[in-house]
Amino acid sequence: MARYLLQRIITMFLVAFFVVTATFFMMRALPGGPFSSERNVPEAILKNLERKYNLDKPLYQQYIDYVKGVIVWDLGPSFKYKGLTVNDVINRGFPISARLGGIALTISVVVGIPLGILGALNHNTAGDRTISGLAILTAAAPSFVIAGILQYFLAFKTGWFPAATWGGGQLRYLVLPVLALCSYNLAWIVKLTRSSMLEVVNQDYIRTARAKGLRELVVVYRHMIKNAMVPVVASLAPMTAGILTGSFIVESIFNIPGIGREFVQSITNRDYTVIGGLTVFFCLLLAGFTLICDIALALIDPRVRLEKEG
Amino acid sequence: MAVSADPRFAPLPNRQASAERITTPPISFAADAWRRFKANKMALLGFIVLVIFLIACFIGPLLTPWDPTTQFLAGRDQPPSAAHWFGTDAHGRDLFERVLYGGRISLAVAFFAGLLQLVVGVAYGATAGLLGGKWDNILMRIVDIIDTIPLTIYVILLAVIMGQGLTSIFIAIGIVYWTSMARLVRAQVLSLKEQEFMLAARALGASRARLILRHLIPNAMAPIVVELTFSIPRAMFTEAFLSFIGLGVSAPMASWGVLASLGFEGLRSYPWQLAFPSAAIIIVSLAFNFIGDGLRDALDPKLRR
Repeated sequence: MARYLLQRIITMFLVAFFVVTATFFMMRALPGGPFSSERNVPEAILKNLERKYNLDKPLYQQYIDYVKGVIVWDLGPSFKYKGLTVNDVINRGFPISARLGGIALTISVVVGIPLGILGALNHNTAGDRTISGLAILTAAAPSFVIAGILQYFLAFKTGWFPAATWGGGQLRYLVLPVLALCSYNLAWIVKLTRSSMLEVVNQDYIRTARAKGLRELVVVYRHMIKNAMVPVVASLAPMTAGILTGSFIVESIFNIPGIGREFVQSITNRDYTVIGGLTVFFCLLLAGFTLICDIALALIDPRVRLEKEG
Repeated sequence: MAVSADPRFAPLPNRQASAERITTPPISFAADAWRRFKANKMALLGFIVLVIFLIACFIGPLLTPWDPTTQFLAGRDQPPSAAHWFGTDAHGRDLFERVLYGGRISLAVAFFAGLLQLVVGVAYGATAGLLGGKWDNILMRIVDIIDTIPLTIYVILLAVIMGQGLTSIFIAIGIVYWTSMARLVRAQVLSLKEQEFMLAARALGASRARLILRHLIPNAMAPIVVELTFSIPRAMFTEAFLSFIGLGVSAPMASWGVLASLGFEGLRSYPWQLAFPSAAIIIVSLAFNFIGDGLRDALDPKLRR
């Protein structure tokens, strides 16, 4: 177990290193400097600008500075907005996005897993067919389509919810974005839980458990669900990545001042340091979450636990 | 040798030749797979729908009286009618025509991105599987690291760096999302390379390239094709996503993602401008998924009956 964890932590450091390096060199590979759009700038001012942002130093020196910056968590200034740093962008946007994403992820898990289990336990009944049919349909729709449907019917047509304002983030402003954000993941969890359960249901140890005369509830809970959850927990980290990137679209559509919308805006503005800084931030966030999921997986799955010990 | 006159004891004619005859007509692997694929109703439906979409997108625009790029401002934002089946957009262009044209671009991007993933993933996975040992370990740890990264962000970054355009989009998607293909091919190669036909080929002095191209890849083809059918709609999704955040093909060209993104601007009053391109994305991605499921069952030799 300890060795397994150590291995995972080392991998995470490699991921972080890889991410910082790849992002740095990709941002430097951009055609033209960040100031090339300002055409009328005289040579001398351009030089000064470059000095201010340390662009006149040799590349390896810039790289070392960047890595140092990431370590002390200083991701540099924005190229477009005076006095704004990437840290500022993260600090103002992330709490909002984290709240939205956290709710969406919780709903996906809390609603999705029971639906998947119910579907599998009532395999091939009308209820099961409806659930999995809906799940397949939802998983085939990009998040902006779901957002559009929600916005059109629940905001424009009925006026039940505000269409595209954040307000103070009270409940009624949250409903539509959260639904749009969790739809795909919810559908995915339902499909995954259902198929994972169906695989477990026909295992020999289930028959053994029944033959022992265990109550059905115990069989379902202790023998089926516990085993069927392993792939579901394993998919939580990639799912967070999905929520993260889904937030780019959902936050833009619903006009939410979160970090996803900031990212999309920095792309539109070609604000390169913000793009790079947010990329590093997203990747490190996800790497951390993956580590937590791996630990959780090792705790619940005896197969992982024992295999990695040996 | 005395033969009994009794007809009941007459020897039967020699049936040695006919006993070995195969009575059922020989059936090739492809024909058998097709037979099983047809038996899966959803897969067949998906296949038919996809063929219809392909024909409509690539031939349809030649038959309609509209032009996808000419603006006709007097007739903008019209609802669906007999003349304009899907209505018109904010510049008076026929939306049916635009959706067909957009389909060409969306499907082409998805197809080429899938193909690029295939090439990169197969090359990488086959190398790792064949080399084995330490190299396999190193190569697969690299894949693990890449898989931990939210790849969509790197697709965005690549699209920002390479600039807008069809080619940069499919290259960005293709060179980022190849890891699942690489894993799959590696697993196939690992199980195939221990089999006798590989030993025989090696004993005959086949080169490493020949081993990969003539023996390993054809045998691993079935799961690769299935993975490809699933990766194409994923690439289509990613393209729509990129278009939506403003990194798609530039006007007057349009993909389904671009059309949906434009449709959002007038959603309150002209919902059809979002509905039709979205429906196209959903239907095609469902079709690919059903085809993938069908192919997985049809191409699996273990299920052959």
